[in-house]
Amino acid sequence: MYQVNENGYFGEFGGAYIPEILFSNVETLKNQYRAILEDPSFQQEVDQLLADYVGRPSPLYHAKRLSEHYGCQIYLKREDLNHTGAHKINNTIGQIVLAKRLGKTRIIAETGAGQHGVATATVCALMNMECIVYMGKTDVERQELNVQKMRMLGASVYPVTSGNQTLKDATNEAMRDWCSHPVDTFYIIGSTVGPHPYPDMVERFQSVISREMKEQLQTKLGRNYPDYILACIGGGSNAAGAFHHYLDEPRTQLIAIEAAGKGTDTDETAASILLGRLGILHGSKSLIMQTEDGQIIEPYSISAGLDYPGVGPLHAHLARTGRSTVLAATDAEALTAAMELTRMEGIIPALESAHALAGLSKITFKPEDVVVVNLSGRGDKDMDTYLRYI
Amino acid sequence: MKTRIQQLFENKHSNITSVYYTAGFPQPDATRPILKALQDKGIDLVEIGIPFSDPMADGPVIQASSHQAISEGMNLKKLFEQLEGMRTEIHIPVILMGYVNVIMQFGIEAFCKACTQVGVDGVILPDLPMHDYLEAYKPIMDAYGLSMVLLITPETSTERILEIDKNTDSFIYMVSSAATTGAQTAFDAKKQDYFQRIHAMNLKNPCLIGFGISNKATYDAACKNAQGAIIGSRFITCLRQHPNDYAQAVDALLKQLQQ
Repeated sequence: MYQVNENGYFGEFGGAYIPEILFSNVETLKNQYRAILEDPSFQQEVDQLLADYVGRPSPLYHAKRLSEHYGCQIYLKREDLNHTGAHKINNTIGQIVLAKRLGKTRIIAETGAGQHGVATATVCALMNMECIVYMGKTDVERQELNVQKMRMLGASVYPVTSGNQTLKDATNEAMRDWCSHPVDTFYIIGSTVGPHPYPDMVERFQSVISREMKEQLQTKLGRNYPDYILACIGGGSNAAGAFHHYLDEPRTQLIAIEAAGKGTDTDETAASILLGRLGILHGSKSLIMQTEDGQIIEPYSISAGLDYPGVGPLHAHLARTGRSTVLAATDAEALTAAMELTRMEGIIPALESAHALAGLSKITFKPEDVVVVNLSGRGDKDMDTYLRYI
Repeated sequence: MKTRIQQLFENKHSNITSVYYTAGFPQPDATRPILKALQDKGIDLVEIGIPFSDPMADGPVIQASSHQAISEGMNLKKLFEQLEGMRTEIHIPVILMGYVNVIMQFGIEAFCKACTQVGVDGVILPDLPMHDYLEAYKPIMDAYGLSMVLLITPETSTERILEIDKNTDSFIYMVSSAATTGAQTAFDAKKQDYFQRIHAMNLKNPCLIGFGISNKATYDAACKNAQGAIIGSRFITCLRQHPNDYAQAVDALLKQLQQ
């Protein structure tokens, strides 16, 4: 009941609200993606790359000091150890192999913090494909290291100067590029957003996270499910991957943590599920932060990766049906959680993942509860922010 | 009874000039005077853009006009207030063009009702796919006597064009090229082939070509291959150059279409 239906909807959320110029491109993708994803030779190519190139499976690490601190059994799913430093590459590997099979020659992507941009530029270098990354000018300036990486990898990075010059605007510009190159170009969307079939496709590519979790928990604990999974949520790709194989497992509580920014009672927030209304943005119907007039609100979060006014349709559906519990962590709570993990476990998390960790203090656990936190990325890219605030 | 749009195409078969502008630009109260100026200068059909913060199909010129209008407080409610009573002086067809989210928040039924009340004839929603239109919007729009103008592009299959033609009762908006809105200097041979291919299909609905019409070459190409042309970004640029004299802005546009 949590799968996408044949029309591309998760409950009332989803669909493909795209200009006519993209219809044929998206329709072809829609008609072919499942068959390609299920093709054994495709799976073999992707799995091989995930193993030898990305470094999967990512470890499931029992964080003993953190567990003691919170009075439960905390396991960290170490997506931060992947090549390029986050879960994003699970998806870009899948999409680039798919793009090749569809005969596309030109790759475009949007990026906020730059993690998805780097992961896309990386696979384009690997596959020798032209790569164009749209990135808000504000983000270009605050994530300079990732911009340099993308350029070194051979990608063209276009700073976007419309709107607030962040992720939402970068996505608009990528969509416009796509409208202008509807035949040769494959748009590698970085999260579980965009028109159908992207939300479902990205979820499938990220589902390797929970697939491994099942095996790892079975080996470590003799049971393949945890009591809780915590994941941060902007567009929702790491959470979708961490939840995927547990969507129909009633013994596992799914906790999504949004970015509250300066607080969900302020104007500076990115908590789209908690504060959004049904609307349409970037090709799908979901919960969107917007004014009464339907203008999209510029979100705010200390974390560039969560700084997005919408959320993937899967997550809107999970929240509305009560399958997931949605919490919000403020900038300050995320920074505290980041410092805690750093000092207790010697792991510097990405600011996005720090929001997931901040969820730990909001839940009352029993000592025997098994809690998996999806550590979606590492903190290298956030060192400037950490040094400024801590 | 024939609609205003149908009457226009019945009375005029070629060189139909349709102009787009953004509601609330260059001033919040400019909507009505611009409409009047366009009619006075002989424009056949007008499309008024409902500003949206994230216009996926628009290039930089229309984006900028939309953002300015929004920041100065323009919204759909104000637009309907401005159009209230327009039929005492405006006899040309008026179409509203916008993105689905804004209509959805206003309420589709309330939107259709308001359109009919002020005398709007049709609607263009570039991010509403045909299937969703047929299922969720058409019954309501039909009940209010509003026409939906659907778009076709160089990527639209013949089969789909025929379906769009079947479900249209006004005209077809033929997008000139794979692009967002904005000026182009000429249409290359490939685009001309596409124009001729559609022309040869003998659709039941008339077609207007839009996107990239900015000068004599592009305007003439549109008029040669369809019943006329739709001009948007170029007029916004003219309004920017003549922000206080709308008649002069229209003159500037008409002059550019002959150069």
